[in-house]
Amino acid sequence: MSTTEILFWFLSALALVSATMVLISKNPVHSILWLIIVFFAISGHYVLLNAQFLAIVNLIVYAGAIMVLFLFVVMLMNLNSDSEPQKNSRFKVAGTIAGGCLMLIMIDVIRDAGEVQNAKALVKVGNIGLIKNLGMALFKDYVIPFEISSVLFLSAMVGAVVIGKKD
Amino acid sequence: MPITYYIVLSIVLFCIGVVGVLTRRNAIIIFMCVELMLNAVNLLLVAFSKMHNGVAMAKDPASTVGIDGQLFVFFIMVVAAAEVCVGLSIIVMVYRNTHSVDVNFLNRLKN
Repeated sequence: MSTTEILFWFLSALALVSATMVLISKNPVHSILWLIIVFFAISGHYVLLNAQFLAIVNLIVYAGAIMVLFLFVVMLMNLNSDSEPQKNSRFKVAGTIAGGCLMLIMIDVIRDAGEVQNAKALVKVGNIGLIKNLGMALFKDYVIPFEISSVLFLSAMVGAVVIGKKD
Repeated sequence: MPITYYIVLSIVLFCIGVVGVLTRRNAIIIFMCVELMLNAVNLLLVAFSKMHNGVAMAKDPASTVGIDGQLFVFFIMVVAAAEVCVGLSIIVMVYRNTHSVDVNFLNRLKN
């Protein structure tokens, strides 16, 4: 077993266990901390796939900015574990069964799909994930979506201020 | 790495997010599960971009085929950041009005 495979299995197990802990923790703050670990594991996968720009952006934007925003909101609301009323356990079982069925169906579709049977994702090599190549593509072919996304950010900012304003 | 490993990992992460949305009642946890689903899709997009790049690099080592997948991930992150910003302010406003983040309170939006 090579180092890459060991890292792949370790990061996958870390992501899955932490994602499950996000679901089953009662305290919202613990859920957020587990979700940050999931994001770190996914960033590790990006590094393994040699998508270094996305790995760093994932860490800065998701694990850094978005999760801190979540943490702020949770702490502002002073939610604790018993403030969440428990859902009927019948609904919990039904939700879990529905999600499990979705997973089984999708995995079964993948098992029979011919296109992906012998395909491999390049790990450790390849240079499309480097900032130079991504920047070339972003500012040549995708410059209009890039500018539009800045308008989206501006409108989201204005929207958040308008919604959050005390009236 | 075989691409099927990445597909199965993404499917399982996505379904954990779906189960979270279906079973939890705290609006913030539901929102976090949506983020989890977005990240599962992002991981799959990056894996597929490397898959197509690997096929093209066998012919031309300087090929940049598949770079679109990674740019899509970048744009998904941009949209997710905007979405979180608006969504969290809506949750804060709901909490200010109802003193709860339970989504079942929202089934009577009419009154």
